[in-house]
Amino acid sequence: MNFDTLEKEAHIKTGESEVILTSLDELANWARANSLWPLGFGLACCAIEMMATYASNYDLERFGVFPRNSPRQSDLMIISGTVTFKMADRISRLYEQMPDPKYVVSMGSCSNCGGPYWEHGYHVVKGVDRIIPVDIYVPGCPPRPEALIGGILKLQEKVKQQKLADLKK
Amino acid sequence: MLSDFGIVLLAFIFAAVALMLVFGISWLLRPSNPTTEKLATYESGEDPIGNANIRFNVRFYIVALIFILFDVELVFLFPWATVFGNKEYIQQTNGLWGWFTLVEMFIFIVVLALGLAYVWAKGHLEWVKPDMKTPKFKSKVPMSMYENVNKKYTEK
Repeated sequence: MNFDTLEKEAHIKTGESEVILTSLDELANWARANSLWPLGFGLACCAIEMMATYASNYDLERFGVFPRNSPRQSDLMIISGTVTFKMADRISRLYEQMPDPKYVVSMGSCSNCGGPYWEHGYHVVKGVDRIIPVDIYVPGCPPRPEALIGGILKLQEKVKQQKLADLKK
Repeated sequence: MLSDFGIVLLAFIFAAVALMLVFGISWLLRPSNPTTEKLATYESGEDPIGNANIRFNVRFYIVALIFILFDVELVFLFPWATVFGNKEYIQQTNGLWGWFTLVEMFIFIVVLALGLAYVWAKGHLEWVKPDMKTPKFKSKVPMSMYENVNKKYTEK
């Protein structure tokens, strides 16, 4: 038995003692995936949905997601909204200031591809992936809290597939 | 057997070892790729410029001094309050003790209040307010429009 089977829906607790056999990779990934700490900032209307996701109804903290006020303590960046060129500079620097390994969730159409500003928005970055690497794209305008939670779950899956040796390179 | 200080020493050693263990594990596992941008001072994504030690208005000094004066006055009032109503002293002096301490404390307060009056009279409590400057440039917007707004809110 390992963490993967432990988290499966089909896993039924029998009350008998269980033994978990695992590797260091899996143990570290299990810990990392279940405590993704995003940098606490919002960019536009998607931030309202993000705040709703943090709040009691959707409670992102169930997944260990807990906003931090400093990039030094965070390993996840949720780009929640329109990225203007003025903000792109700051986002880029904040991303650089986060410790490795770090992940980016692009939330909503604006940060995915420019959204409604894709053609005529002179001030909008057409997709935040042009300035920082993005791990998960959450579609929607704005995405509902369920969609953001879905993105976080997808990111957890991604984190669980990584290997420590690759991260240390 | 361990003495009490021995237990304290053990606690110190255990704390140090536990911390080193945790930091050691972290050091073994974490990737380390420092860049100049990452090592830069964090200022919410802005360029970190200038010194953190900024200047501020010297008037705060006077206000802080006056505050300390009355802060200390309050500190002196507390021990006075404990002996003021002392029944034994009052009985021994036929009630004179109460009047004596009351007058003494009033003298003390009046001396400090005199200081406050002096500061007040000297104008150290006045905070210079910024003047409203009327713009000096040619504009199609008539000055009376600004005046109307200003008059409306100064009269309230």
